[in-house]
Amino acid sequence: MVYMYTVTICGVMGCNAGKSEQIYENFLKEIKKYNLEDDVNVVKTGCFGLCEEGPILRISPDYIYYTRVQPQDVEEIVLEHFVKGNPVERLIYKDPKKIDGEDRDISFYSKQERVVLKNCGIINADDIDEYVGSDGYIGLENALFKMTPEQVIDEIKKSGLRGRGGAGFPTWRKWTFTRNSPGDKKYIICNADEGDPGAFMDRSIIEGDPHSVIEGMIIAAYAIGASMGYVYIRIEYGFAIQRIKKAIEKAYEYGFLGENILGSGFSFELDVRMGAGAFVCGEETALIASIEGKRGTPVPRPPYPSVKGLFGCPTSINNVETWVNVTRILANGADWYSKIGTEGSKGTKVFCLTGKVENSSIVEVPMGMSLREIIFDLGGGIKDGKKIKALQTGGPSGGVIPEHLLDTPVDYERLKDLGSMMGSGGMIVIDEDDCVIDIAKFYLDFCVEESCGRCAPCRIGGFQMLNLLDKISKGKAELEDLTRLKRIALAMKKASLCGLGQSAANPVISTLNYFEHEYIEHITEKKCRAKKCKDLISYVIIDDKCRKCALCAKECPVNAIPGDREKGFVIDQEKCIKCGLCISACPFDAVVGE
Amino acid sequence: MLTMKDLPEKLISFIQTWKEKEGNLIMIFHEIQNHFGYVPRSIAFELSEILDVPVARIYEVLTFYSQFKLEPPGKYIISVCMGTACYLKGAPGLIEELEDMLNIKQGQSTEDGLFEIQSVRCIGCCSAAPVLTVNDDVYTKVEKSGLKDIIKEYMNREKAESNKAQVTSK
Repeated sequence: MVYMYTVTICGVMGCNAGKSEQIYENFLKEIKKYNLEDDVNVVKTGCFGLCEEGPILRISPDYIYYTRVQPQDVEEIVLEHFVKGNPVERLIYKDPKKIDGEDRDISFYSKQERVVLKNCGIINADDIDEYVGSDGYIGLENALFKMTPEQVIDEIKKSGLRGRGGAGFPTWRKWTFTRNSPGDKKYIICNADEGDPGAFMDRSIIEGDPHSVIEGMIIAAYAIGASMGYVYIRIEYGFAIQRIKKAIEKAYEYGFLGENILGSGFSFELDVRMGAGAFVCGEETALIASIEGKRGTPVPRPPYPSVKGLFGCPTSINNVETWVNVTRILANGADWYSKIGTEGSKGTKVFCLTGKVENSSIVEVPMGMSLREIIFDLGGGIKDGKKIKALQTGGPSGGVIPEHLLDTPVDYERLKDLGSMMGSGGMIVIDEDDCVIDIAKFYLDFCVEESCGRCAPCRIGGFQMLNLLDKISKGKAELEDLTRLKRIALAMKKASLCGLGQSAANPVISTLNYFEHEYIEHITEKKCRAKKCKDLISYVIIDDKCRKCALCAKECPVNAIPGDREKGFVIDQEKCIKCGLCISACPFDAVVGE
Repeated sequence: MLTMKDLPEKLISFIQTWKEKEGNLIMIFHEIQNHFGYVPRSIAFELSEILDVPVARIYEVLTFYSQFKLEPPGKYIISVCMGTACYLKGAPGLIEELEDMLNIKQGQSTEDGLFEIQSVRCIGCCSAAPVLTVNDDVYTKVEKSGLKDIIKEYMNREKAESNKAQVTSK
């Protein structure tokens, strides 16, 4: 059937929080009301990337994006746009840089290179036919019928693909190790235990295009000689779990999974396992323990999982984004793929851009694009006209990159040289109102809480570092504490058992490296320039601005603002608990933190 | 005391099919928790017998993962996201305010069992930070001043439910 219009609605978490489900239902209702069922097709799809503007939907073939749509707007859209043919002007996405035209002309998309996300926001993720219709399972066909397993590995080697989970280990090498390890039974695992705070690429990919992940896994299974695979996904991602389960079911039905796949003689089974809220399970040996139904504590490597992994068998673990890259490489060839990116880092990378940036969004850029371009051209710059202080990449294992180094290109080695890392793809913009010690504390606190407790350097080191940071933020530290921090950090890095402990000190090290002056300021001047560290600020009332309305005194929970409407009010610093209620209570901005 | 007999048939057969599979513990706990809202001690002991796994192993796993609860949760669980974006945009203040309002600490539930506060890892709604959820409802760009209304909404819902229950019992 040929429809006049297709409405694609983002149905994933970010937009769903904004009631996109209700919007979908309303469309069905309104379309029925005007008997337009044969003219308008309504599809729930994956993430468009422009989450800041959500809930978001697209009308094709008009290439119109409606943003910040509310359920009650649907009636107007159907009547005006579909019945009368007049797009609803007030809801159309206004590109700050370009006015109209096709998708690729919108500046948010034109600078991106959507290889991994090519289907996200385009196809109905629940419909396997739509996936097949957009070149789905072609890579698998190429592998099964035109190539030997060795040739598949060779193709991946030529493409230059490196693991997208963060460390950037060459994918072909991991596969070769697993392939060459002796053993009748081999496993592959998709690591979808995306736990870095502020990173949700993997979730968006699975919700928007689950079959691309499944296809990559089948291709790898063929190359490695694995007969069983698991998708390990965190329980917090309920909707993604549903999606991937449903997609696997469909893939079985269509003969892409199971016995004798597409008549090739190759068989492969795939199942889903859920995590249970433990960040350390993103580490591969801990992940394996968790699938085995045990506590997710890491074990020392070697032996590596490619030799002795799940249930003692050779196992290859790759990240969600890596699997999708495999699918694309086998569909389009290594030559095509290796033309994208830099010398050492091939292809594209998906990033979640959040924090104090104008457009919180999911973007996919070719490796080699500068961080500044990502933040300012794609992200639209910093919120509220503030100044950027730094960019945090790599989550709790990464570090900060200060403003003057933002022209660095996205590349595994270059980011590592700066003391940060590619990580799985979280990018958090930090502005002048954020305190670097507070940020370091946030990440370290995360690692201390998530430490499994098995090895002492991580368990004790993290705790002690956190105590020191706490002292600094309270103005009770001495300069020697900085040396102590560095010493413990080194011990953790050298002696911890797994990646979590080895990298837990990174946020502290990198903030110390680039912002040591702020640390020293906290210690010697007892000053927090961002006014985040509560113990180092005191609230005062500015006489000139105060109109003696008494609202602050009324709000104060500890009666620390004595005075009357004649004489005015003063904050009693002894009693003040720095809760900040007086600041929000004052209608004249007369209460400030100093 | 809750026993296996309190489980619906579907859950019993789930346990039976998973009994022989390797690595079954976590998957079974998820289903039990889905049903009761937590993993009751008596059920954990029975499971130990059925699955032939020592109780120590069961609790070793249950206590390791933050997802599993060993006590009955509050009826409305307020989960404040503590991902980086939410943290930077004021999530810690929301938790403090909620603790003050409900007079409980994180991880506790109110005396009447109605509300529970917890902080959760990034739920991936960073563009709408700060975010909190009450059971399955998501609240975005939450401000301290808006918390009162959110709590009130559930208090009202509770009132309406109990009124309805009274009417039906009459």
